[in-house]
Amino acid sequence: MRIDCPNCGERDRREFYYQGDAVVLNRPSEDAGAQAWDDYLHNRANPAGETRDLWFHEGGCRAWLVVERNTMTHAVHAATLAEKVKR
Amino acid sequence: MASLIALTPCAGLLPLTIGAITVTEVVPQALTSVAPFKGHKKAVSEALKAKVGAGLPALNRRSGAVTWFGHGVWMVAGAVSVEGAAVTDQSDAWAVVEIKGAGVEDVLARLVPVDLRASVFKKGHVAKTMLAHLSVTVVRTGADSFEITTMRSMSKTLLHDLEVAMRGVAARG
Ligand SMILES: [Zn+2]
Repeated sequence: MRIDCPNCGERDRREFYYQGDAVVLNRPSEDAGAQAWDDYLHNRANPAGETRDLWFHEGGCRAWLVVERNTMTHAVHAATLAEKVKR
Repeated sequence: MASLIALTPCAGLLPLTIGAITVTEVVPQALTSVAPFKGHKKAVSEALKAKVGAGLPALNRRSGAVTWFGHGVWMVAGAVSVEGAAVTDQSDAWAVVEIKGAGVEDVLARLVPVDLRASVFKKGHVAKTMLAHLSVTVVRTGADSFEITTMRSMSKTLLHDLEVAMRGVAARG
């Protein structure tokens, strides 16, 4: 599996650290309520198919990326700098 | 007052020659990381140009004393201070070596998962990548030479990995 880092270009998967669902970029407001915060902190879907995850280019430029990929085909569709993702 | 003995990161370990390849230590006078604040990149680049003769190069490139060193950060060989950036003295934090000789790419190909051949990785090109298990910065400095930077605490590991690869390549003749 290879990820196309927007800074470094296409790199081997071993250079990256996997964090988890990119939902953590969408932090609820302070007064969003217990349910929203419960979802944000604890509840994750476990899809077979399309996912949108945070990866860290640890063995490279050290940027956080949002990677869109498919867990069934292992295809990587896109990698975007997390700081440039609309929230 | 105690008189302390300063040791370089690769003191006692280099130079090392196996076959056609030689590794020597590079000891920069100072290393300063420069991470421009939002909206200050242009001004920081101009300030650096005035101070060290080179502005901020593009991603994956080195220009004179200034090397791209990762997302939003550049490493300057020398002691500088500029406004509008997070500036940190990192002089003793890094081990820097030069590896040089005919076929040096064959040695690095055993360790680095990036294509470093001269046709695609030219003088002044920079790769933030891995060498075996180490995070490194690789810069091509000439037709048959590269500069490799890793964390100072990993200098012995870096040299061990290089030595094994150099022996492997030399053994193949
Ligand atoms: Zn990268």
